[in-house]
Amino acid sequence: MSLLALERACVARGGASLLDDVSFQIGAGRLVGLIGPNGAGKTTAVRALLGLQPLTSGRAILAGKDAHQLKPVERAHLVSYLPQARSMTWPINVRDMVRLGLIGRSQSADTLDQALFACDLSALADRSITTLSGGELARVHLARTLVSATPAIVVDEPTSALDLRHQFACLALLKARATGGAGVLVILHDLGAAARPCDELILLDGGRLIAQGPPKDVLTPTILLRYYGVTGLWHGDQLIISGL
Amino acid sequence: MSARKLNVTLNGGLILTICVGLVASCCLGSVPLSHNDLVAALFGRASAQINVILWDIRLPRAVAALLAGMALGASGAALQGLLRNPLAEPGVLGVSAGASLCATIAIFWGLTTVSPWVLPSAAILGALVITFLLAALAPRVGGVVTLVLIGVGLSSIMGALMMLLLNLAPNPFSLSDMLNWTMGSVANRSFEDLGFAAPFWLVGFGLLLATRRHLVALGLGEEAARALGVNVDRLSRLCVLGAGLLTGAGVCIAGAIGFVGIVAPHVVRPFVGHDPGRAIVPSALLSGLLLIVADIIARVIPSQQELKLGVIVALIGAPLFVLIVMRRPQGGDLA
Repeated sequence: MSLLALERACVARGGASLLDDVSFQIGAGRLVGLIGPNGAGKTTAVRALLGLQPLTSGRAILAGKDAHQLKPVERAHLVSYLPQARSMTWPINVRDMVRLGLIGRSQSADTLDQALFACDLSALADRSITTLSGGELARVHLARTLVSATPAIVVDEPTSALDLRHQFACLALLKARATGGAGVLVILHDLGAAARPCDELILLDGGRLIAQGPPKDVLTPTILLRYYGVTGLWHGDQLIISGL
Repeated sequence: MSARKLNVTLNGGLILTICVGLVASCCLGSVPLSHNDLVAALFGRASAQINVILWDIRLPRAVAALLAGMALGASGAALQGLLRNPLAEPGVLGVSAGASLCATIAIFWGLTTVSPWVLPSAAILGALVITFLLAALAPRVGGVVTLVLIGVGLSSIMGALMMLLLNLAPNPFSLSDMLNWTMGSVANRSFEDLGFAAPFWLVGFGLLLATRRHLVALGLGEEAARALGVNVDRLSRLCVLGAGLLTGAGVCIAGAIGFVGIVAPHVVRPFVGHDPGRAIVPSALLSGLLLIVADIIARVIPSQQELKLGVIVALIGAPLFVLIVMRRPQGGDLA
């Protein structure tokens, strides 16, 4: 059954078409990567999918319900969402920040500690978030998103500020949640990283859906050249990318 | 120490200090009362003179300072959480200005001579009008920043109108009345006056308490808070309405008193893990304590005319405010 779905979704703002007739669905147990060059409409698609961005036409469905009709608390129990903008006005500590992911849920100290451990934050738990590096802070936001056990997870560029080791760890965590039965949609920029763990990729460009399918079918040399302006070749499961 | 225990210790300590402050406020003044006098008055065994001083003058005045301070401190903490701006205060949304303006209008047209209830009613009416205006606008404007800007605009308009009224004051008596109101004071308050503000005060405080668990999530930004399951529109409405009612009640009790709504939350925030929601109660208590102390200072400083509470608070609060602004870390989110 599909957990997250866009049906012929269109979004237009100020005369510009941000999303043009995009349809896709993500089932339980799948890790799906949403890719595309800058300005492709990835974040718009995700926000529309969650009912946070009004649609000009089409529908967004979360677990069989219209995403735009859901109350905030109903949506929060279906999907954990990590938006691209990551700010926090108040200098709270790491543990309190991760605990925000448990708002309205029965809280357990174990769950919190597990999320901190999974994101390699146990040693930083009592530090103020203002004392963290950008990468550490990104992991705090990831832990906040993953601390609740929702059936679906949507994360917007979770790896962008992370060092290589934590990038792998982050994708492994998302993969584990998918293996555990969650439907996971992740916006990624690093195509090489996206190619490996993702069951499926969705490529957007100019607000339109260009390709959808297993990584090898989507990231063909032709597509890489046409939409990213790079050359790429597959060696077994590895995608090797170089500039022109 | 766990967060909960620290919170209880903080609030308990503040409440104890407030009790000491209330007793001191009852004892100090032009006619000093001893502790024995207080105990005697409490059991109805004091002389008529002491009874009048305690029950009709000093205690209502001290309680007025406490309630006005609590109103401003709670509103400040809640509005800072809502607006994600540690420099926000009830004045920013124009609610204090609305209350003061309506009070000034009532004095200008001599309506206050009709009934002693006109002045407090006008202040609460002014706060409520601005509050409902903001509550109606809040879901329609793009974000909290726009709401702040609207508040600043409203504040300026009402400030200008107030100056116009002072400028056109028909006689020196009404000018002096209006000035009294804008300077802020708790002198000559009766329990009857406080009773009129109490219902608004209680409802406002209750509304703000209802927001305290989710305010910190707003610090992540509206969209992230929504995604966490927070009903941002409802939270904004509760906060604006609660702060409006409380500020209206506070202005009705003590006139316009600035800065305490910024300073108190700033002082307590480190003790509550920088959570603006958890700062509401201790900030209200500290703010109440500060006004009790400031009122004592206003009373005991020897001067020809008794100093106004609002003036004392501004003289202490304004430099503190500048200090807070200067010590703010650069690049901190001023959303």
